[in-house]
Amino acid sequence: MTATQDRPAAEIGKDRRRKEDQRLITGRTRWTDNITLPGMLHLAMVRSPFAHATITSVDVEAAKASPNVVAVLSGKDFGDELGVCINAWPITPDQKTPGHSPMPADRVAFAGEIVAVVVARSAAEARDAAELVDVEYDEQPAVIGIKNALRDEVLAHPDLGTNKSALWVFDSAEAGTGSDVEAAIETARTDGILIEREYRQQRLIPAFMEPRSVVVDPTGEQITMWSATQIPHILRFALAATTGVPESKIRVIAPDVGGGFGGKLQTTPEEWIAWAVARRLSKPVKYTETRSESLMAAHHGRDQVQTLTLAADKEGNVTGFKVHLDADLGAYIAVVGGGVPVLGAFMFNAIYKFPSYRFECQTVLTNTTFTDAYRGAGRPEATYAIERIMDELAAEVGVDPLEIRERNWIKHEEFPFTTVAGLEYDTGNYEAATAKARESFGYDALRAEQKERRDRGDRVQLGIGVSTFTEMCGLAPSRVLGSLDYGAGGWEHASVRMLATGKVEIVTGASAHGQGHETAFSQIVADRLGVPFEDVEVLHGDTQIAHKGLDTYGSRSLVVGGEALVKAVDKVIDKAKHLAAHLLEASEDDLEYKGGRFTVAGTDQGVAIQELATAAFAAHNYPEDMEPSIDAEATYDPVNFNYPHGTHLCAMEVDTETGAVKMRKYTCCDDIGTIINPLIVAGQVHGGLVQGIAQALWEEAVHDEAGTLVSGSFVDYLLPTSADTISFDVVHTDDPSICTTNTLGTKGVGEAGTIASTPAVVNAVVDAVRHLGVSDIQMPCTPERVWRAIHANDGDAPTPEAAMPHFSEGALNQDEGAGQ
Amino acid sequence: MTKIELTVDGAAVSDDVEPRMLLVQYLREKLGKTGTVIGCDTSNCGACTVHLDGTSVKSCNVLAVQASGRTVTTIEGLADTAEGELHPVQESFRECHGLQCGFCTPGMIMQAVDLLGENPDPTEEEVRLGMEGNLCRCTGYHNIVKSVLHAAEGAKS
Repeated sequence: MTATQDRPAAEIGKDRRRKEDQRLITGRTRWTDNITLPGMLHLAMVRSPFAHATITSVDVEAAKASPNVVAVLSGKDFGDELGVCINAWPITPDQKTPGHSPMPADRVAFAGEIVAVVVARSAAEARDAAELVDVEYDEQPAVIGIKNALRDEVLAHPDLGTNKSALWVFDSAEAGTGSDVEAAIETARTDGILIEREYRQQRLIPAFMEPRSVVVDPTGEQITMWSATQIPHILRFALAATTGVPESKIRVIAPDVGGGFGGKLQTTPEEWIAWAVARRLSKPVKYTETRSESLMAAHHGRDQVQTLTLAADKEGNVTGFKVHLDADLGAYIAVVGGGVPVLGAFMFNAIYKFPSYRFECQTVLTNTTFTDAYRGAGRPEATYAIERIMDELAAEVGVDPLEIRERNWIKHEEFPFTTVAGLEYDTGNYEAATAKARESFGYDALRAEQKERRDRGDRVQLGIGVSTFTEMCGLAPSRVLGSLDYGAGGWEHASVRMLATGKVEIVTGASAHGQGHETAFSQIVADRLGVPFEDVEVLHGDTQIAHKGLDTYGSRSLVVGGEALVKAVDKVIDKAKHLAAHLLEASEDDLEYKGGRFTVAGTDQGVAIQELATAAFAAHNYPEDMEPSIDAEATYDPVNFNYPHGTHLCAMEVDTETGAVKMRKYTCCDDIGTIINPLIVAGQVHGGLVQGIAQALWEEAVHDEAGTLVSGSFVDYLLPTSADTISFDVVHTDDPSICTTNTLGTKGVGEAGTIASTPAVVNAVVDAVRHLGVSDIQMPCTPERVWRAIHANDGDAPTPEAAMPHFSEGALNQDEGAGQ
Repeated sequence: MTKIELTVDGAAVSDDVEPRMLLVQYLREKLGKTGTVIGCDTSNCGACTVHLDGTSVKSCNVLAVQASGRTVTTIEGLADTAEGELHPVQESFRECHGLQCGFCTPGMIMQAVDLLGENPDPTEEEVRLGMEGNLCRCTGYHNIVKSVLHAAEGAKS
């Protein structure tokens, strides 16, 4: 369709300031924790300090006697109405899936698991009383770490008999999408280049700024849950499926939600417990986690060991890539936990034309916090592996890292291209993005400086890192998800309500938590429907208003939800056209729709869409063959993923004496098809970059041998600050590769920065010190690790005798002048 | 319980509070000033930043009783927003897309106002150091820094 396509786009592409901002910059916000209801009770959770233990007794008497405590409940106080935490994506038919109670009565499997809940009249009183709950544990051996788990000597869940949950395999020879990787490896071993590496994807914590919070109000016909969630619709479904309450009696609202990054793509024990307590007591309840609880018990991300074998000929043309992942799911298989590493399966071949490919993913269970999606979910891990190892190939061949990529990547004239993983990339132009990034970065000048510093033996060495990434996003074609045994589809729903006053309400099943949907979706509707941007209101995040939806994750809201919106708007125009023809006494064939107005060709007669909305509302005069409404809805199921890509270039300075690293410059050129709002896109890229950079340099969730999270506060888990980061150089190609599988030509951008940046940074750090014999540094690249890598080849020689002891015996233990 | 009397966003308020009650809890729970939010429990994140007698403080790091007799300004009192006014720093954050989810934003804005009060013409480096105590997970700080510099630029003209 339609006539609107002829109209010059006024809104799409414009850097509109966001509609959301007024309430957010003035504090007129509705975070879940801001909600207070009459008689509302507050919850505090009692959590296990042990990673693995049987619960021998729970003494709640002292807590119950604490001031204003209403109830203290443990797992044994609940029956089936407590429900279970679900895994919606069993990746193989024989996947071993431990039962996951929101509050187990008998055994805990990670430190932080909830064993009891205290209900009191205030949050402070609930927390005070939680300290008084006396739980006796019989501590069991805990298995921590992927390699320990694989040995199956200590079991996370003894009843399963193994820690190995599932093995998922893709093989290009078996799938018919490529040749046999083992043959390629054998050939390379004797007559080519074989690169074998093990990379570690450390465990990360999404660390959204708003701690999770849930309010449940059981009064009224529907039980209402407000939750700081990315997935109100999936949450509603899961509550109905597991707690025995009919879906029609459940209303879930995601009000203002303060960031998610995948971390709020979960159905949580805390939500289920709040739900059960509110129903039990028939009173509204609220639970808001502390930051420590959030870091300890909200799901973590990444955590893989990647064993990689890259085969190439002597010129560096890759002939095969074999990937084996061991992925730590933590203590339970979270809602899409096992599926996250599998999402990477299709991305290890990235932008390249590999003849053969094999991917294996072994998931394991450990006595740690469960893992699930974190920004990029499977794709950052894949991109890291391939982009790091392509740099190793370049070093082996002795050519520039950009050159080795160009030898292997899909040329722009070769699209559409079916990859060795079986995906069809519709459009892309890696040459253009690379050329633009290279120019903006000043690649040649920085390479010259690098050489100069190396020649001079400068203490501070310069490294340049490359990452030419692509990703599959816009989750997802429902049939593809079905073929992967995922428990739901990937469609999205939208509806358009034409109000009698001429205003437009659009309802989307996407559920924003910082993405700016209210603005971007208004721009789309303003253009397509021809109404003022200001007249469009976007409603979302309440299952009674937006009754159908599959929520926001996987860079899907614009490319799937936006397309549903386009289709709904087109239906509105179709209906309105029929009404307009009737009112104008003209043939539909003679009507032209432009700027929100139907006009009769060759006359000055016309009617505006707003007038038609009013006419439909009055319903005094409308055709016999239509309902008195021009409202419409659409459900859109994407036909393919989409494949944004980009070239990211990073310059890092490394102090070879201290191991300290400093970012000098970061340029990225992302090709994401049509851009609706460049301001919002830039914001998504900036934020994504820093999350990816943080994995490279700072962040790591660490459990000690006993399974205690030792990075359990913002003192220990190193979120970057403004002082740690720099301003970025974000550019786009002049002629973007328009997506061919949606009307607007858009590709996802929410995760791009995170997916691309981690290998760019680590490649830069390694590049700075490669001439010192370094070929890898484990993430995060702390000064200590960098220093150790530089000095790894020094041997075990003790500190030279000539080195002075720090303090001279008998002397004052301070420097001269100290303390003055 | 201890009786406290203070001025919050221009209004005189008086309450009996537990001595252990934090200023941020007092603002949110007693006064309904929910524009100020809690993001951590270790005073790292700065989401709860308000002004105490005109100087930025993390209100999770101040007891309500310590604020007695003093003047507190929160994000809700920074400008007469009911009359459609915005503080120039609020306006800058919108203009420069200095926020996404908006959870850290009240604290960021309050810190930025204080920073610019002390140093009306900061360099990018000075902004980055001055905003270091406020964490944001969405923006990568790029546009927050830009917002603060933009506000400083606007004040000059």
